[in-house]
Amino acid sequence: MIQDLLKSNGKAILLGNEAIIRGALEAGLQFVSTYPGTPASEIGNSFYKIAKQANVYFEFSTNEKVAMEATMGASFAGLKCLVAMKNFGLNVASDSLLPFLYTGSKGPTVILAADDPQCHSSAQSEENSRGFSYLGHIPTLEPSDAQECKDFTKLAFQLSLKFKTPIMVRLTTRVAHQKMPVVLGVLPKPKAFLAKFVRNQKRFVTMPPRVLEMHQELLQKIKDIQKHAETSIVNITINQKSKIKNQKYKSKIKDGEAKNAGIITSGVAYLHTREAMDLVGMEAPILKLGFFYPLPEEKIKKFIKPLKKVLIVEELDPYLEKEVERLARIVNPKLQIFGKNVLPEVGELNPDNTAIGVAKLFGKTYNPKIIQPTKKLKHLPRFCTGWPTCPYWKLYAAVKQAAPQGTVFGGDIGCYMIAALPPHSLYDYLISMGSGVGIGHGVKKALQISSGQAQKQKVIAFIGDGTFLHAGISGLMNSVYNKSGLLLIILDNSITAMTGHQVNPSMGKDSSGEEIEPVKIENIVKALNVKNIAVIDQEENYNQLVATIKEFVNSGETSVIIARHICGLLAKRQEKAKKD
Amino acid sequence: MANKNFNIVITGVGGQGLITLLDVISKAAFNKGLDIKTSELHGLSQRGGSVGVYIRFGKKVYSPMVPKTQANLVLALEFQEALGGLEFANKNTVFVINNYQTPTLGESASLKQVEDNIKLATNKIFTMPFLSICEKELDNSVVVGVAMLGFAIEKQALPLTKEEIIEAIKETMPEKFWELNLKALELIKE
Ligand SMILES: Cc1ncc(C[n+]2csc(CCOP(=O)(O)OP(=O)(O)O)c2C)c(N)n1
Ligand code: SF4
Repeated sequence: MIQDLLKSNGKAILLGNEAIIRGALEAGLQFVSTYPGTPASEIGNSFYKIAKQANVYFEFSTNEKVAMEATMGASFAGLKCLVAMKNFGLNVASDSLLPFLYTGSKGPTVILAADDPQCHSSAQSEENSRGFSYLGHIPTLEPSDAQECKDFTKLAFQLSLKFKTPIMVRLTTRVAHQKMPVVLGVLPKPKAFLAKFVRNQKRFVTMPPRVLEMHQELLQKIKDIQKHAETSIVNITINQKSKIKNQKYKSKIKDGEAKNAGIITSGVAYLHTREAMDLVGMEAPILKLGFFYPLPEEKIKKFIKPLKKVLIVEELDPYLEKEVERLARIVNPKLQIFGKNVLPEVGELNPDNTAIGVAKLFGKTYNPKIIQPTKKLKHLPRFCTGWPTCPYWKLYAAVKQAAPQGTVFGGDIGCYMIAALPPHSLYDYLISMGSGVGIGHGVKKALQISSGQAQKQKVIAFIGDGTFLHAGISGLMNSVYNKSGLLLIILDNSITAMTGHQVNPSMGKDSSGEEIEPVKIENIVKALNVKNIAVIDQEENYNQLVATIKEFVNSGETSVIIARHICGLLAKRQEKAKKD
Repeated sequence: MANKNFNIVITGVGGQGLITLLDVISKAAFNKGLDIKTSELHGLSQRGGSVGVYIRFGKKVYSPMVPKTQANLVLALEFQEALGGLEFANKNTVFVINNYQTPTLGESASLKQVEDNIKLATNKIFTMPFLSICEKELDNSVVVGVAMLGFAIEKQALPLTKEEIIEAIKETMPEKFWELNLKALELIKE
């Protein structure tokens, strides 16, 4: 728990994300920047509470690209840095991230990326950040449990120091949101920060022709790290003999089936594999990889060389499987490779679907007697009920009342995504942060330049205050500049609610919780030359909201309504805090 | 059974305090020196959607997820959500169900339908109006999970004692909540 993060030693139950924090603190962390996104959100939320006490600088940056750049700058100036985000954040940050690998880090730097197989807390896509490891040549570690979250993070700082490159630690939901007893290490004594920016154009200016040399140097670095990975303690072989323990199977399975089988796995899939072996009653040697990139190729070759069959247990895309196939062609062309032919490529792994794969490796099946519910019931997420109310109930009621038939509704990312679900079932598209207005512009433009009825069709896009500040401003500017004339409704509930109520520049508190002058969204909108602007509290002036939507949507100009009313849950908490 | 760990599945809807309950139970197991793994979900589901969390403890636990058919105890904080625990059930699984319903959009189930369905796996079902008792006796709905936990201990449905839970409550919650939670723990015995 969070109160254990600064405990001097011993053991504590930590969430994977908390263990990341503890590992970074044990490594002597100085500078943290992040942007919230589940399943990485608790990292920022916890630092928000403990940063001062832990003697680290912490900020919620305004988006992930900015968070990445903040960390890059602090690293260039020599501080020990951590930057954390969810998978989609990496997409936003990638433009600066890729050259960061060319310059390398000066102060040791760890990039934390959290994936969400099964999309438990993500719309958008079932993104696999492992792709970025290849794209950017980012050395990448994959912990499987909370203990490893701590240990691997600490190790990542050491690697970063040694090889002068940022190291990525990649989590998935079942690692980030897993709790277990973690053996704590020693926290270093607080020291004064000694940052110093030493001019070094050769290192920090990525202009050609130097940039090509940097590329070459990066490839060499990766080779060196690969050599290191071959003997690294994070790649381990569990040398149990392959055998069948389950008496029931023993008599039925041909002798050869169990012999010379092995499993390669990493991350949480390793834990499911161990569990699956218990479930199926079979054992096989395991190569557990802590390094995803670069892979310890010699170690893998040595592992697969004596095998007849190997099973690769990994979530989502078969990155490891493809590498093993390539290496097997060199050392063991007859090797039978099992992977995505027996395990799902979509959705997360669990002990059960892993057990099915493990059983198949031995030519068996696994099907326990599961009683299925006769009805598939599901509570869908909905806007909070109770008092103080969620401001979105009224907002969407007004929209439904005011919008002309055939209006195209553009969704965006935040609590207001819920309006995509019944009973509202409102949005016609919903893609990524800031895209509601960006895509809305394209839709409206396409209609505008067409002949006939299409020209009359309206577009209303929605965006939260958090998302507007993250990625909405340039989309709105584009709509004004290129005159598409859509209506953007900015849902200003004065907080980044969805991801756990983080402060943002519009809510009047900075990253340390201190009061600041809030950024006024209407000032930004004005500066973009939006002509029709209205700020309306939907709880106070419902009728005015309905009338204004009607007026603006028919105006033909790019217009903005800022619907400003505090998040109900936040209001409830503030009231409670006052009482206590 | 291959698995000797104790496996708990808690189901309910977002906002019912499942994670607090998870913290108390795992702390109690931790204090006994057991290995633990838990898994919880954050994000969109917390806005009133279906949620399920897992707690596993024993000598050595690998996966944070309970394998299907391997739950020892299912706590359902909303009765329709008890069905979410069904695939984890075997004939020895104990279900403790809160007789409380929040509306689903679309298909719903009555308590009887839910219980009949669960009986296909196990007969060890205890259903009580935990929430209304908490509201009536303690004027509080947040502690319903702790009341259910206390009841489960009375029924010897998990290998932890009330003393161990009380200790864990004190270690995981601020002092101002102790009294309320200790009352909830003792509230419902039959
Ligand atoms: C690139 C990216 N970063 C982070 C997230 C995670 N995320 C989901 S919703 C959200 C912010 C929502 O805030 P706001 O727009 O203010 O809406 P609210 O939840 O307050 O209604 C974030 C950061 C994401 N989906 N994509
Ligand atoms: S957290 Fe706030 S904004 Fe989100 S649904 Fe609840 S009241 Fe509405």
